[in-house]
Amino acid sequence: MPARENILARIRAANKAANVADVMDSSVADRLASPPISPLPKLEWDPEGQFKLRCHESASTLDEIAQIDELPRAVTRYLSKNTLPTKLVCWPEFIDLPWSAEGIQIESRGAIGDDKVGLTGSYCAIAETGTLVLLSGQESHATTSLLPETHIAVIRRSRIVKTMEDAWQLIRGEVVSLPRQVSFISGPSRTADIEMTLVYGAHGPFRVHVIILDQ
Amino acid sequence: MELTSHQFKSVSSAKLKDVKLQKALYKAKDGFVVPRAKVVAELDNFEEIRQAAADVRDHGLAHLDVYLEEWEKQAQAAGTIVHWAESYEELNALVVKIAQDNQVKKIIKSKSMVGEETGLNRYVEGHGIEVKETDLGEYIIQQADEHPSHIIAPATHKSKDDVADLFAEKHQRPRLDDAEKLTHEAREILRPHFLDADMGITGANFMIAETGSTVILTNEGNGRMTTTMPRVHVAISSIEKCIPTLDDFALMMRLLPRSATGQVISNYVSMTTGPKRAKDNDGPGEFHVIILDVGRTRVLGSDLRDALRCIRCGACMNHCPVYQNVGGHAYGWVYPGPIGSVLTPAYNGIENAIDLPNAATLCNQCGVVCPVKIPLPDLMRKLREKQYERNLKSSAEKWSLRLWAYLALRPKLYSIVTRIMARVGKLLGGDSRRINHLLFGGKDWTRHRDLPAPRGRTFRDIYLNRNKTTNR
Repeated sequence: MPARENILARIRAANKAANVADVMDSSVADRLASPPISPLPKLEWDPEGQFKLRCHESASTLDEIAQIDELPRAVTRYLSKNTLPTKLVCWPEFIDLPWSAEGIQIESRGAIGDDKVGLTGSYCAIAETGTLVLLSGQESHATTSLLPETHIAVIRRSRIVKTMEDAWQLIRGEVVSLPRQVSFISGPSRTADIEMTLVYGAHGPFRVHVIILDQ
Repeated sequence: MELTSHQFKSVSSAKLKDVKLQKALYKAKDGFVVPRAKVVAELDNFEEIRQAAADVRDHGLAHLDVYLEEWEKQAQAAGTIVHWAESYEELNALVVKIAQDNQVKKIIKSKSMVGEETGLNRYVEGHGIEVKETDLGEYIIQQADEHPSHIIAPATHKSKDDVADLFAEKHQRPRLDDAEKLTHEAREILRPHFLDADMGITGANFMIAETGSTVILTNEGNGRMTTTMPRVHVAISSIEKCIPTLDDFALMMRLLPRSATGQVISNYVSMTTGPKRAKDNDGPGEFHVIILDVGRTRVLGSDLRDALRCIRCGACMNHCPVYQNVGGHAYGWVYPGPIGSVLTPAYNGIENAIDLPNAATLCNQCGVVCPVKIPLPDLMRKLREKQYERNLKSSAEKWSLRLWAYLALRPKLYSIVTRIMARVGKLLGGDSRRINHLLFGGKDWTRHRDLPAPRGRTFRDIYLNRNKTTNR
C-alpha cells in the first residue's frame, strides 16, 4: 500500500521539520493504556435532576416507574395521552411483560419502515447532557430507536452517570470491546436548515419518551 | 470542488448587493452567535477546557503517525477495511470501486466536507451510481445543484421561499409555505431511499485511536440511518481527524456542539466500530474507512500547523464580520470564513487564493471563539507575509508599503507629510466630516462606506500638546 506508507512517512518528516515540543507529560503508550481525564466543568448538581432538566430542554418527555411490570401501563398512558398507535416493536428484554392486558400489540424484533413506535432500553444515560447511551447488538437492535416516529426508552435510575467520561469508564469495565455502534441520543430528531427554524422529526423519531425505572 | 477563490472581490461585491442573501445572513448570525454565547457561559471553566482541547489536538498531531497506526490496528481488529488516499482522484476511485465490487446502484450520503473537497458526488454519478444527500441542508443544495455556503448549515444562504420553489419544482408537488411542512416533505421523499439504498457514505468528525472508531454528529438522524440501513458503509475522513482516546473525545464533545450550534450536545452522536457483528440483526455487512491526505502533511510541516487542530464547528465564520456580510460562496472553496481563508491557500497554493487572507480585519473574533484556540489572525498574517515574500502582492500594494516604510523611517518627514494630509483631509471632509470618495487605491475602500475625515491635527501634535498640558 504505497499511499499508507507515503502518508505516514510525510507525517514523520513534517513533524520532524516542525520540531514542536509535545505539550503533554504522558507518552502515547501511557495515554492509550490509561486515558487521562481532562479538566471537567463544575458538576454541582444531582445527576438525576440534571438528567431530567436536560431531557426537558432537548424536548424529550419523562415518566417514572418503580418496577418493570409497571412498564406496560406507563407505555399505554403515554400512547393514549398522545393518541399514538398501540402497536409496538421492542427489544427482547421487554417482550415477556403483561402487554396484552393493556391492549398493546408488541413484537420483539428490529424495526422496519412501517413501524410507528419503538421501545428500547438504554445501556446508561449521561446527566450532564440528558443523553441516552445505546449499544447496538443482538439483543439491542439499532433500528428500534431510529425508524419509528416515536421512541420510548427505559433507563434504570442507577445507570444515570454524570458525564460521558463516566459512561466510558462503565463501558470499559463491563464491555469487552465496543459494539458496532454506540449511539448517544439526546431528544427527538430535529433540523434548523431552513431559515434557522427549529423543526422536529427530520429523519429520526418525532418524539422521545424516557421512562426512568427505580429497580 | 473547483477553486474559484480568485474571484473573491467580484463575487463578494455581488453578494453585498444580494438583498435575499443579506437577509438570510442576518438571520443566521443571531441563530448561531446568541445560543453559543449562552451555552459557553454555562461552563465555568470554558477557558481551561479550551486550552485542554488545544493541547490534546497538538499532542495528537505531534504523534499523528503513531495514533493513526493504532487507530488502523484497532479498526482492523473490529473488521473495518481501511484505505488510504493521497489524492482526490484516488479517494473517489476507491469509493467507486467499493460500490462496483458490491453491485451498488444507489448511495445515501450524510454530510462530508472531505467529500466536497474531492467532488465525490459528481464523480460517483459519472459512473452511473445514484447519490442522495440526506442532511436537509445538503439535500436542498443538491437539488439546487449548488455548493454549501457554510460547513454546518450548508443551505444557510437560501430563504424558505427559495426552498419552497425548489421543492415544488423538484418534487412535483403543491408548493408548501412553512419550514415544518418543507422539512417533513423532504423526510417523506428521502425515507424510501434510506430503506433501499445499497451503500451509505458518511464523513467522520473524529477517528478515535484507542478503539479504531469513527464518529459522526447529526441532529437529524440521517447519520444514524446512513451508518445503519445500507449493506455497505464507507466513511471518508482525513488524517488530522484522529484523536487519541474516548476521554479525549468526551472533551471535544463539550466544545464542538456548543461552538457550532449552541447545543450542549448534538442530538445524535454515532460512534461506529467495525461492521455488523455475527449475531447483530442490523448494520452494514461491510465497513470501509478511507483516510485522505491532500495538503494536510504539507501544513503539518509548516508554520500554519495550528490550523490542523480545527474540529469544523464553524464558530469562526459565524462570528466573522466579513463572512457575515459576504456569505460562504464568496470564498470560492469548501471552507469559508477565517478557517477557509487559511485552509484554502494552505491546501491549494497561496497563489490561488490571494484575496482570502487579506479579506479580514484581523479583529480576532474568530481567534476568541475558536474552541481549539487556533490563532486565526496570526495565521492570516503569516500568509500575507508569504505573499509578500513570494512577490505575489499587487504592485500598488507593494509601492504603498514601501512608501510608508520610507516615511516611517524618517520621523521629521513623516511628521510633515501627515500634517499636510490631516489638513487636506479636513478640507475634503467638509461639513459632513466624512470622505466618501477616495481616489486611486482608496476607491474600493469608500465604495461601501465613508472614511471619517481627519480633524486637521495629527496624533503626534495632539500627543505633544497633551504632554505640555500635563507637565505644567
